Amino acid sequence: MIHLLIYKAVICVAVFLLALGVAAYATLWERKFAAFLQDRKGPNRAGKWGLLQPLADGGKMFMKEEIIPNVSNRSLFILGPSLFMVTAVMTSAVIPWGKPLMFHGKLYDLQITDINIGVIYLLGVVSIGVYGIMIGGWASNNKFALLGAVRASSQMISYEIAMGIALIALIISSGGSLSLKDIIEGQDKGVCNFVWQPLGFLIFFICALAETNRAPFDLPECETELVGGYHTEYSSMKLGLFLFAEYINMFISSAIMAGFYFGGYNFPFAHELYEAFGWAEGSFAISLFGFGVYFIKIFLFICLFMWIRWTLPRFRYDQLMNLGWKTLLPLSLFNLALTVVVEYFRGTIHF
Amino acid sequence: MSTASSPLDYLPILLMFIVALGFVVTTMVASHWLGPKRKTKIKLDSFECGIESEGNARMPFAIKYFLVAIIFVLFDIEVIFMYPWAVNFKELGMFGVIEVFTFIILLLVGFYYMLSKKALKWEE
Repeated sequence: MIHLLIYKAVICVAVFLLALGVAAYATLWERKFAAFLQDRKGPNRAGKWGLLQPLADGGKMFMKEEIIPNVSNRSLFILGPSLFMVTAVMTSAVIPWGKPLMFHGKLYDLQITDINIGVIYLLGVVSIGVYGIMIGGWASNNKFALLGAVRASSQMISYEIAMGIALIALIISSGGSLSLKDIIEGQDKGVCNFVWQPLGFLIFFICALAETNRAPFDLPECETELVGGYHTEYSSMKLGLFLFAEYINMFISSAIMAGFYFGGYNFPFAHELYEAFGWAEGSFAISLFGFGVYFIKIFLFICLFMWIRWTLPRFRYDQLMNLGWKTLLPLSLFNLALTVVVEYFRGTIHF
Repeated sequence: MSTASSPLDYLPILLMFIVALGFVVTTMVASHWLGPKRKTKIKLDSFECGIESEGNARMPFAIKYFLVAIIFVLFDIEVIFMYPWAVNFKELGMFGVIEVFTFIILLLVGFYYMLSKKALKWEE
């Protein structure tokens, strides 16, 4: 029991630090990537290639004055960013990061926990994240913040429906399990789920952009209309938590897309490769290699997120709502019907 | 088909919650201690682009947002109903498909009614 607890605690801290590190360096990479796309240099003062920039930014956040407006609700004002950050971190709890690892003759999963309702857990935790924004924006008692919060929550819940239906189609074609480990392991031999769910992936990707409030769906933080959106009144580390949690959300949704649709830590000819190298099942090398492959996929998705941000202009609000309700919702139902037809021809169900 | 989860499988989620909460509390307390404290009355007013703030922010706003929330609740519950079917897709076979698609068609009738009542019409 104590043994299990220590192992789980270690992996919790490891995954947490991973998410934190990736989110911190994603901020730098975003600026570097934007600089590359706009033909300029980007941050290059703090350390070589600006590598210390995230640390400097974090340090600066700590040193800033903490302002809680007189008209705001103090406790809710603090609760908002805390809740947003906690839920962002909690989504990482069900993602498997690599093949099980053999250590002192026992197999250890590189996953915090493998629950059989993983997908529903994810959707649930993501939904609670909306409360963080809503509470923060409302508690500020500022018109811009309130409008930003209302926009954000209404956008997030609109895209959650299409996302849920796209995931149902995925679960059907991946063999009917809600456990993330089963979904990813199912792509070990054979093809990745993207082959069966190209349209589903497209829907999920668009919804992921909207859920993480990334451009072109960044209306909640539309600075030309709403100053800073729901975090207008925030300063110091409370602002930092909001911004940071957004990058964690981006990292986790990239991990989910790479895992659900592109096989996660699996890749074509993995077993042949392992055999050629003579790596045994459960060896350190396999776990590390699989983790590396997963990370490359996640990195590519993060790059895609950024590429879209610096390429596309922002939507208008009615266009955003119309896309969510009148296009993506019917499209995801169509995708569900298509999946059933495909499954019929694959021989999963019969008349 | 995955095996049943025991309460022990949910323990790590609690651990993760503690780790995340610990981080949030630490950063909050640290930034509270480290930051300067030079508060003035005007600084603590709510921000309105430099103009003196006018009235309370908690005023009525467009009912459309509320409507979206209500419609979301309806649709989200219906999506949740489909999850058990997706998990048991193979076992239920064609029977399940026909049942669920009858359900979806009923749903779409409601959806069409909602659109015809202009519930999601934003421009006016």
